Amino acid sequence: MKNHLQRRKFIKLSGLGLAAMAVPVSAFSHSVPLDAMPAEFDAMINKRLADVALNVATREGASYADVRIGRYRNQYVFTREDRVQNLVNTESYGAGIRVIANGTWGFAATNEVTEEGIMKATKQAVMIAKANSTLQEEPVKLVPVKGYGDVEWKTPIENNAFDVPVKEKVDLLLSANAAAMENGATYVNSALFQVNEKKYFASTEGSYINQDVHRIWPTFTVTCIDPKKGKFKSRQALSAPMGMGYEYMIPKKADKIAGPSGTGLTLYKNSYDIKEDAVNAAKQAKEMLTAKSVTPGKYTMVLEPNHLGLTIHESVGHPLELDRVLGYEANYAGTSFATLDKWETKKFNYGSKIVNLVADKTQKHSLGAVGYDDEGVATKRWHLVKDGILVNYQAIRDQAKIINESESHGCCYADSWSSVQFQRMPNVSLEAGKEKYSVEDMIKDVDKGIYIAGRGSYSIDQQRYNFQFGGTVFYEIKNGKIEGMLNDVAYQSNTQEFWNSCTKICDQSDYRLFGSFFDGKGQPSQISAVSHGSSTTRFDDVNVINTARKI
Amino acid sequence: MAILTKDQAYDILKKLVSYSTADHCSVSLGGNNSGNIRYARNTVSTAGMESNISLAVTAAYGKRTGTATTNELDEKSLRAVVKRAEELAKLSPENPEYMEPLGPRDFAPSNTYFDNVANIVPKYRASETKKSIEYIKKKGLVGAGFLEDGAGFSAIMNSKGLFAYERSTSLDFTLTVRTKDGTGSGWVSRDVNNLKYFDIMEATETAVTKAAMSANAKAIEPGKYTVVLEPSAVSGLVGNMFYSMGARSADEGRSFLSKEGGGTKLGEKIVDERITIYSDPMNEIVPGSTWSGDGQPIEKRTWVDKGVVKNLFYGRYWAQKQGKQPVPFPSNGIMMGGTESVNDLIKSTERGILVTRFWYIRSVDPQTLLYTGLTRDGTFFIENGEIKYPIKNMRFNESPIIMLNNLEKLGKPMRTGGNLIPPMKIRDFTFTSLSDAI
Repeated sequence: MKNHLQRRKFIKLSGLGLAAMAVPVSAFSHSVPLDAMPAEFDAMINKRLADVALNVATREGASYADVRIGRYRNQYVFTREDRVQNLVNTESYGAGIRVIANGTWGFAATNEVTEEGIMKATKQAVMIAKANSTLQEEPVKLVPVKGYGDVEWKTPIENNAFDVPVKEKVDLLLSANAAAMENGATYVNSALFQVNEKKYFASTEGSYINQDVHRIWPTFTVTCIDPKKGKFKSRQALSAPMGMGYEYMIPKKADKIAGPSGTGLTLYKNSYDIKEDAVNAAKQAKEMLTAKSVTPGKYTMVLEPNHLGLTIHESVGHPLELDRVLGYEANYAGTSFATLDKWETKKFNYGSKIVNLVADKTQKHSLGAVGYDDEGVATKRWHLVKDGILVNYQAIRDQAKIINESESHGCCYADSWSSVQFQRMPNVSLEAGKEKYSVEDMIKDVDKGIYIAGRGSYSIDQQRYNFQFGGTVFYEIKNGKIEGMLNDVAYQSNTQEFWNSCTKICDQSDYRLFGSFFDGKGQPSQISAVSHGSSTTRFDDVNVINTARKI
Repeated sequence: MAILTKDQAYDILKKLVSYSTADHCSVSLGGNNSGNIRYARNTVSTAGMESNISLAVTAAYGKRTGTATTNELDEKSLRAVVKRAEELAKLSPENPEYMEPLGPRDFAPSNTYFDNVANIVPKYRASETKKSIEYIKKKGLVGAGFLEDGAGFSAIMNSKGLFAYERSTSLDFTLTVRTKDGTGSGWVSRDVNNLKYFDIMEATETAVTKAAMSANAKAIEPGKYTVVLEPSAVSGLVGNMFYSMGARSADEGRSFLSKEGGGTKLGEKIVDERITIYSDPMNEIVPGSTWSGDGQPIEKRTWVDKGVVKNLFYGRYWAQKQGKQPVPFPSNGIMMGGTESVNDLIKSTERGILVTRFWYIRSVDPQTLLYTGLTRDGTFFIENGEIKYPIKNMRFNESPIIMLNNLEKLGKPMRTGGNLIPPMKIRDFTFTSLSDAI
C-alpha cells in the first residue's frame, strides 16, 4: 500500500474542502452530484463514441485498442464534534484510449467526450505508441479473451447512498460524535465517503461492457487527552470500507460480533453501528491513557480480521503481483521476494499447511468486486497459496503467458478514465479454518500473547520480507485469559516466517472483510480499493517491540 | 485546451460567480497538460498524455456551506455545478467555523512556469529515455525509470472580488538501477520547474554507480549508528515533522508540539541550534506558489530558527479564535545547511552508515513523532572516512526530533521533492531489524 502522497492529498481535501485547493483535483477527488441530476451516461451514446475510438485506432495502424468512458461521482461528508465541516460532491467525466501499435502500448485521455475529442486522443495514443516502439525490445502479446458483446454489471446494493438525503447522513455522523463526547472523548472527527464509478468499456475484441460500481466508507477518529501529563491517545473506527450501498450504515444484530471476553469490543460484519462503535472508542481511548506499556519479547499473536486484513494486503497481496515479481514496479513500489523460481518448484512454503490464500474479484460486498475488469475480462476466483504452497500470482492479458496461464485473471484496473489500466490487486483473503473453533477457544489456548484488533501503523520493505505492524487496540493474554489493555505495541517479522508460524484459524462464523480505499501503485501513482477477508488467526513466537519514546 | 490564459480563466470564474445567488461564492479552477514515459527491464512499459480541468465551487448561505466540483466547462455544467453547491449549502447545518471569503488583493507573480518544460513533446521523452537506457545497458545493468512533465494553471475568484491566477511547470524523474542478478540496487530522484536544471545522464550515472557499488551487501547487527543521510533520506523524516506543525492540533493538546499542563512549544528550542527551516516562494531553485487556495499571500517565513519554533500554521478560523494572524501552509520548505558535500561528510566519519533514501515511512506514535521505515537502494558501511562495503537494508524506528537533536554536521542543501534539504550526519540513529530486501 504505497499511498502516502495520495493520502496527503486526500487529507488536504478533507480538511479544507475543495475550494481551498489550488492544485488540480486527483483521481479520488474527481466528483458526484447528489440530486441525481440525470448526468449523461447513456450506453447507446457511449457505444457510438467508443466505436469512433476503435475505428480511428485501427485506421491509424493499431493492432489492438480499448476505450473506457467513465463518469465518477463521489460524495463526502466531514464533521467534527457538533459541526459539519464540509459537504462535497465531485463529478468527473472523460475517456481514456489505450492502443497497441508496432507492438507497443500507447495511451491518451481526454475530458472532451465528443467524437472530435475522442478522435484526437486516439490519434495521440497511436502516435505515442509508435514513438516508443523504437525502444521496445519485445512486442506486447495478449492472451486471448472472449468478445462478450453488449453486457452489464452492477454492484448488488440494496440502498443507493446517493439517494439517501444528506441530512440523514449528517445527523448520523453528528449523533455518533455526540455519543463519543458524552462518553469522555475530547475530540472526534468523522467522515462518510460514497463512491460511484460508471464505466463503459469497449475493445477491438468485440466487448461493450457497461458497469455501475458502488462503494461506501464511514470512519472516525476519537481522541482523548490528559492535559496534565500532556498525553493524547486516539482510537479509529472499527468499520471497513465496503462494496455496498447505504445498507451498510443500518446496524443489524446478526452482523455484530462480540470481541473476546474482557475486551468489551464489538466488531462488525456486513453492517456497521457507528454510534455504538463511537461510544466504545471513547471508552477505549480513555483507557489507553493509563494502559500498561508492553514488555518487548516473543508473544503468541491473536489477530482480528480488521487488523489481519492489512497484514494480508502487505505481505501476500503485493508480493504476488506478477508485474512486481517481473521488475515492472522496481522504480516505485519495488519487486518481490516471491520470485518465479520459488513458484516453479511447487514446493515453496509461503505459509504453514493450514494457510490457504485466495484471490477473488467476485466476492459479494467486497471493494474489488466487478463483473469485468478494465480490459474487458470476466472476473473470477483463484488460489494464490494452497495448503501453504505458493501456487499462483495475479496476472492480466499481457502477463498471463509468463506463468503459463491461457487466460487473464481479470484483475486489470485504472482509478480514473484519465489513468492507464494495469494489473491491480484483487481481493486477497485467508480462508477460514475448517473445524469449529471460536475466538474464545483461541484465547483459552494461549499462555502468553497479545490480541490485536483494527489497523494501525504499517510498514514493509520493497521486496516484502521485513514488516512492522501496529494496531488500533491491544490486549494482553495471560494463561488463556484477557488480562487488560496494552500500549506501545508493534510486531516485526518476515513474511515467510510469519505465515509459517500460523497455527490456528477460527471458523467461518468469524469471517469478515477488512478493506482499503487507498491501495497505491504505479507511476503516475494510482489508487485502488480492495478488500481482504479472514477469521481471527493465531501466529506463534512473533517478535514484539515497545514503541514508547521520550522527546 | 486544459491550460487557460489569465483572461480565459477570469471570464469563466466571473460567469460562475455571477450565476450564484448565495451570500458568498468561492470558485477555483485548475487544469493541466501532462505527459509521461515509464520504463522497466530496459524497455518502455507505458507512456501517456493527460489533459484535464477541474473546477470547484463553494457556496455559502450564512454559515452553511457546500462544495461541488466538475471537469466539464460547457454552459449547462457550469450552471449545474453552482446549483449543486448551493443545494448542498442549504442542506448543511451551520458551521460555526465558517469564515467569509477574503477581499481582493495583489499577489506577487510566481516564478514557477517555464516554456522549456511546457513545450516538451513525446519524442523528447522517448529520446531522453533511450539515452538513459542505452547507458544502463552498456554498464550491464537493468533500469526502471519514470519521467513525467506537465504544465498547469490555477485560478481562484470569490464574490468579494478576489482573483488570482498562476501557471506552473514541473518535471520529475526517478530511476532505479539493479544488477542483473538482483543483488544490487541504486536510485536517483530529480525534480525541476525549469528544464535547464535537468540532466538525465547525470541522474542516470548516479543510480548506475550506486547499483554497481551496492551488489553483494553484508549484514551488520541492527542498533544505534552514526548515519550520513543524503537529502532524500532527510526529507522523508523532516518533511513529516514539518507537516505536523499545525497550531490547532498543538493548542488542542494532540501534537508533538503540545506541552505538559497545556500550551504549546511555540518559542521553545526543540532541536539543535544549527537547524533553521524557512519557506520562500521566490527561491530560484525551489520556486513556489505565492498565494493559498483561500486567497492568502504566501510569503517568506521562518518556521524553525536556530532550533526554536518560530511559527505554526494557523487556519483562518483558528487564528481568529486565538487572536492570532492566520498563517497559510507554505509552498516549499528550505532547510539551511553548510558547504560540505555528502563525500565531505563521509570523510569526517570514523564509523557509520551512508543512507541513500528511506522507504515506506509510517507514523508509529504521533505524540513523539516516532516513525518507522527502511533504508533502500544504496546503504553502505563507512570506516575511517571511506565507504568500505555495501550493507543489507535495515528497519529504523526514529523520531525526527530525536534525530535533529543528535546532529553532528549539515552539508550543502539540494533540491528534493520541491524542497531544499541538506545532507546531514546524525549520531545514534536507531535501527531495529535487518531486511533481506534489495
